[in-house]
Amino acid sequence: MAKIKIEDLKKIKEKIQAETSLRAGDRRVKVTVHMGTCGIASGARGVLDALMAEIAESGAKDIAVTTSGCMGLCSREPLVTVEVLDQDPIKYEYMNPNKMRQVFKRHILQGEIQTPFVLAKGAEIVK
Amino acid sequence: MLELSLHILDIAENSTRAGAKTVWIDIVEDQEKDRLTIEIRDDGEGMDQETLRKALDPFFTSKKVRRVGLGLPMLAEAAGRTGGRFEIKSTVGAGTQVRVEFRHSHIDRQPLGDIPGTFMALIAGNPQVNFEYRHRKGSGIFVLDTAEIRKELDGVPINHTDVLHFLRNMIREGLEEIGVTNH
Repeated sequence: MAKIKIEDLKKIKEKIQAETSLRAGDRRVKVTVHMGTCGIASGARGVLDALMAEIAESGAKDIAVTTSGCMGLCSREPLVTVEVLDQDPIKYEYMNPNKMRQVFKRHILQGEIQTPFVLAKGAEIVK
Repeated sequence: MLELSLHILDIAENSTRAGAKTVWIDIVEDQEKDRLTIEIRDDGEGMDQETLRKALDPFFTSKKVRRVGLGLPMLAEAAGRTGGRFEIKSTVGAGTQVRVEFRHSHIDRQPLGDIPGTFMALIAGNPQVNFEYRHRKGSGIFVLDTAEIRKELDGVPINHTDVLHFLRNMIREGLEEIGVTNH
């Protein structure tokens, strides 16, 4: 494989800029992977990785990914929050890469909440 | 924690929570001296002496959502298991520095693990923070400075999924080049 260069980053930048100019309201879904000590120790980074790979494979352009800290429910980590625009956030518990792929395909892309993995509906209060 | 890269992710998250603008992460693998050193330094709010004294107590945390704080104690423990050392310094208003030494060849030293994945998680969650990462192994050195990347991006968010994929591959390749393995 050819070596990755900073010029490749320029190409990506230009591609993203071209895509962004084509649409108005771009972010449809925000996914938060909880990345506190508890989340990290129970596999949150692998969950985030699986999510990123799914996004790349699907070519979806309207999904933002972020992380957050611990919310106090360490025993149910890894936790993932999926917020579809204009809908209540859904918190998934005991996540792993496989469950993440399922949530991505069924919930994020097709709008079908994966109730067996759901911990709660709604947002937590972070202190 | 099963990998050193997970410890790094965890401790660097502390830095971002302390309001750091820049987090410096230095890894040095010195096989001649049989030593692996990890240093994580930030320009966050820092801690006073009282807090610093309690930082290694697993039943102390600055958070309100739970009553334990295991990140630093687990890292100190991991270094201790290999006959290594743990050091933490902090100044209120100036930042915190964590330095750990491991015996490189020790059977209980955790593997480095997925370092590119750690940086992807850090950047995805903290696009406003600069991460300066240096990895030395023998005579080879790999450097990543997200401030430079951001300049290059010219307004395109650094946490855009396409950019994160690019960075992941760039780090993986850079580390391979200087002979860094997951172990």
